[in-house]
Amino acid sequence: MSDQTFTLDDQEIPFAPGQSVMQAALDAGVFVPHLCYHPEFRPHGSCKLCTVKINGRPATSCTTPAAAGLNVESNTPEILDKRRTLLQMLLVEGNHFCPSCEKSGHCKLQALGYELGVMTPHFNLIYPDRPVDASHPDVLLDFNRCILCELCIRASAEVDKKNVFSLSGRGITKHLIVNAESGRLADTDFALTDKAAQVCPVGVILPKKQGFSIPIGRRRYDAASMSAHVDEFKPTAKVQEERP
Amino acid sequence: MRGRGGAGFTTGLKWEACRNAPGKTRYVICNADEGEPGTFKDRVLLTRQPDLVFEGMTVAAYVTGASKGYVYLRGEYRYLLEPLNAVLARRRQDNLLGKGILGRSGFDFEIEVHMGAGAYICGEESALIESLEGKRGVPRNRPPFPVTNGFLNQPTVVNNVETLAAAALIAAKGGDWFKSFGTAKSSGTKILSISGDCERPGIYEYPFGVTVRQVLEECGAKATQAVQISGPSGICIGPDEFDRRIAFEDIPTAGSFMIFDIRRDIFEVVRNFINFFAHESCGFCTPCRVGTTLLKNMMEKIAAGHGTRYDLDEIYKLNRVMQSAAHCGLGHTAGNPLVHTLEKFRPAYERRLKSLEFEPAFDLDAALSQARQMTRRDDSAAHFDSAQENA
Repeated sequence: MSDQTFTLDDQEIPFAPGQSVMQAALDAGVFVPHLCYHPEFRPHGSCKLCTVKINGRPATSCTTPAAAGLNVESNTPEILDKRRTLLQMLLVEGNHFCPSCEKSGHCKLQALGYELGVMTPHFNLIYPDRPVDASHPDVLLDFNRCILCELCIRASAEVDKKNVFSLSGRGITKHLIVNAESGRLADTDFALTDKAAQVCPVGVILPKKQGFSIPIGRRRYDAASMSAHVDEFKPTAKVQEERP
Repeated sequence: MRGRGGAGFTTGLKWEACRNAPGKTRYVICNADEGEPGTFKDRVLLTRQPDLVFEGMTVAAYVTGASKGYVYLRGEYRYLLEPLNAVLARRRQDNLLGKGILGRSGFDFEIEVHMGAGAYICGEESALIESLEGKRGVPRNRPPFPVTNGFLNQPTVVNNVETLAAAALIAAKGGDWFKSFGTAKSSGTKILSISGDCERPGIYEYPFGVTVRQVLEECGAKATQAVQISGPSGICIGPDEFDRRIAFEDIPTAGSFMIFDIRRDIFEVVRNFINFFAHESCGFCTPCRVGTTLLKNMMEKIAAGHGTRYDLDEIYKLNRVMQSAAHCGLGHTAGNPLVHTLEKFRPAYERRLKSLEFEPAFDLDAALSQARQMTRRDDSAAHFDSAQENA
């Protein structure tokens, strides 16, 4: 750890060479909201929840290298308002129905929604048509909840070396697909033990044959907000599995 | 010289940074993914002056030490592939490409034309490089920049077609000749692609600093209501601003110059632009992927006569989020045509609004009709509008 620091909301944050602004903040125990970031993977910079202001200019904190003397604003009313809008965009883009979702209480989208005070989706719902894939014996894919963070794509390619997932389409029609001639998960070598089965921040990739083994109300983010779990997101953290 | 592709980065600095960056191989890429609505100058240059463009690439290779060049050609320009390859073959024969160009040992440079697939976002240089590498056309995180980590992670210069053509002319005629045209901060000339409501649309070349009014007069535009300069993501100006100048100091442009006369409905023009951005968003980041579609939906709501002043405020709010949080220029500027015209052509919107105050998306009074029938009431207090007025 070097003795260089930058300022985040009036707090001095030390950083090591090569760290991003967000990694340094998380290392120092300061939570920055995020969905596509995962400590075991390279920063992606797509969800934009970690947007901050650096020296007065908007920046994505997970992809901006830390530098001495930066003035980073994160928890300001203006930035929190923009993050709420980004969450609302994600909520109306997919079909998110928390009460019937097995991931409720373990879902980062839901947790950030509660934490940042998103009371309504605000915008008109887009209601995309996204059929589920229940073909695999051990895993259910519910694309309705996909927020396109690409963590499963990255995990399957980089860790599992299987390349099970990919993207198709662009703009609002961009969607997660399964790399099989049939498009079905059952026709891949995907396994419940894959890293890709454990990184989904929302409820797309779910294990079959179990349900509500932890009652709603006693789940990870039911008791304490995402920021209270900041230690799990530290770059050095051994990350807990995301599935319930 | 500043880049002709719109951003206006100093070409010399870019080339110097590429030359000085450590790397095994250097690349020169000609950005011919001309996708900005209303621009067609690169197509004309590649059709009529391909040698000049290839010459510019070769000059760039000589300066930066690049050994390989690519022309990233817009998918819609597929018909230019054979003619361009024929020119490249001739230049190879004349030793203007290949090993030891014009007898200079060590000066080896080859050019290949790569076809795009019709995605607007691939005109963004880092998305172009991703596409050239065979991946999805998605802009990269920066830093690092292409000059140090570009194609195949090697130092890469990406220049617009017109920039490279101008570079060839500067190499032949000198910097002083180039600086004799234009203004202090915008040397040289600019090719404009003029389209829309005028008698003589087409390609016009002007020294930087020309006024919008002069351009309009010379292309035969009459009763002009608005000019959209530098494409939908650029700026929309009305007659009170026609004395402004085309130059980096005032109105920078990549060359698109669309003229709309008084018969045109600015709202429909903008709606078309917004649909374009929603269609062309690559979908990588949340604010652009969802924001462009939300803007499109709001335009549809206003067009359908359900819009209110509240929706106009929502447009500003969405635009602020996209401007500050989007991943690249597409998302940053996708709301530009809306906010520019909301400032300058507000009546085009307001005359479509159901009410200047808040109004729900459905008719509340009509929804009460069944209740009125059941209660056999039809007095003024049983109607939403009059009930509200009485309150």
